[in-house]
Amino acid sequence: MPGFIESLLAAPAVAPALLIGSLVAVTSGVVGVFVVLRGQSFAGHALGDIGTTGAAAAYLGGLPALYGFVGVGVLGGLAIEGLGERARERDVATGIVLSLMLGVGALLLYFMTQRTDATGGPVAILFGSIFTVDPSIALPVALFSLLALLLLGFLYRPLVFASVNPQAAQAKGVPLQGVGLLFMLALAIAVEESALVAGALLSTALLIGPAAAAVRWTRQIGAAAALSALLGLLAVSVGIALAYQSYFWPPGHRGWPVSFFIVLLVLTEYLLARLLPARAARRPLPRRKEAA
Amino acid sequence: MGLWQALFPAGLFTASFMQNAWLAGTAVAVLSSLVGFFVVLRGATFAAHAVPRASFAGAAGAVLAGGDTVLGLAIFSALSALGMASLGSRRDQGQTTALVLMAALGLGSLFLTLGGAYAPEVYALLFGQIVGIGRADVFAILGLLLLALIATALLYRPLLWSSVAPDVAEAKGVPRRRMEILFLLLVALAATAAVPIVGALLSFSLMVGPAAAAAYFGRSPGQALAVAVLIGILSIWFSLVFAYDTGLPVGFFVAAVTAVFYGLGRLWAYLWKIERGGGQVPA
Repeated sequence: MPGFIESLLAAPAVAPALLIGSLVAVTSGVVGVFVVLRGQSFAGHALGDIGTTGAAAAYLGGLPALYGFVGVGVLGGLAIEGLGERARERDVATGIVLSLMLGVGALLLYFMTQRTDATGGPVAILFGSIFTVDPSIALPVALFSLLALLLLGFLYRPLVFASVNPQAAQAKGVPLQGVGLLFMLALAIAVEESALVAGALLSTALLIGPAAAAVRWTRQIGAAAALSALLGLLAVSVGIALAYQSYFWPPGHRGWPVSFFIVLLVLTEYLLARLLPARAARRPLPRRKEAA
Repeated sequence: MGLWQALFPAGLFTASFMQNAWLAGTAVAVLSSLVGFFVVLRGATFAAHAVPRASFAGAAGAVLAGGDTVLGLAIFSALSALGMASLGSRRDQGQTTALVLMAALGLGSLFLTLGGAYAPEVYALLFGQIVGIGRADVFAILGLLLLALIATALLYRPLLWSSVAPDVAEAKGVPRRRMEILFLLLVALAATAAVPIVGALLSFSLMVGPAAAAAYFGRSPGQALAVAVLIGILSIWFSLVFAYDTGLPVGFFVAAVTAVFYGLGRLWAYLWKIERGGGQVPA
């Protein structure tokens, strides 16, 4: 076993994948707890797809994909938050923004396939792989992670209050709209950086899966955030190791996709949490009351 | 005259593949906006996005196994609908929808990798295509539409009640879980019909857009449903014309046109100070 870990770390592309994957897993895990608490899974998933459109636009414009992801992701997040002020409208507003952005994305990807030099582009953007990530983006990814986590730290108390009981929070003078908007900003940053390094598919899995498992195991929000980050970290590192190992598996020694393993591990964590809930967490989390 | 001919060139209506596209597109629009009416009422937009998206993995699996892609679509959309209905609870519907979608997409990425090359057949299912629709596909889609119409006619009242006032409906003997399963199976039916034409990424536009816009226009559930179907048909017709004229993917136009209708709906509500919309039943 030590031999396996040594050869794993010595392989090119594995160490940067582990480093960047860990950054993304921790950020998504922590932000995800609030997403689950606030019932914003759909927005969290939609932002990954929306960022893909930004990445395609950046690719066509010759800009780094990171700026496309984050720029368009933040705009999309603000549009979702702005169009869906009322709770009943949020679901549909998210859907319409997502639908329009996916449509524009389809158009941009079509243009990319028309350009002969860009045949790999759509596949790379849609199914981005952590193994092909450029190690030099570790620094901007780390900075964005820090920004998202600092934002959450700054928002922590009003955010918890506004998420658990918006009516009481409003009565106590918590500015719900401001808190919602700033949280959407942190969410967009977390989702877009993970969509960039791991693809839109994994960004949702790492955002929702570990957090949904963690809140079933502890009712304490700080502990849930730490546990969720840990579960995300576990899924990413074991997933990368398995994907590395799978180059020796049939068929054809091409390797199995890392996203498959990470999703499998995340789902296993969630199903375990559903099957074996902790005694303290049997009572459900304080139910989010709908704002009027 | 020049503009008229540029917008409506002769082949738009006479080319045999376009005739199939008109028939199939109209049937898909009616089916999608019919199901979409309940999607918007139930606040199930995420499920409407996730089911067609998950069905894409089935098509990738069918390519790998050498089977029929539409069969793969149907199996995976039905399985994901059942998964969402059985794992979900009232508190965390979004989470389970996301996780079922992830499970399907994880399998999809495995199928695509093991299948080797990125098959153009699969790529077309992601973005949709109107040139490849044969007469047999048209009949299959009409069959699915008929099935959905019969199911909706039989289930209309309980489905409406369980969408608008689930507690009242349950008290009146309409089981919540069973209605959820039936509703998601309807979404799966619409997805199976729409994905080959509009694509896995954008068939939910056709479900959500027209119904969301109609919620601002109709004055009763029946009216909103009728308006949704009308907007759905108009959306696909506009999109077919634009796609034929420009050669660009039809999914883009579907998304753009339905978003414009939604914007008009919100403008209408703003101008007339209508306080409903966004899925509320126009009472």
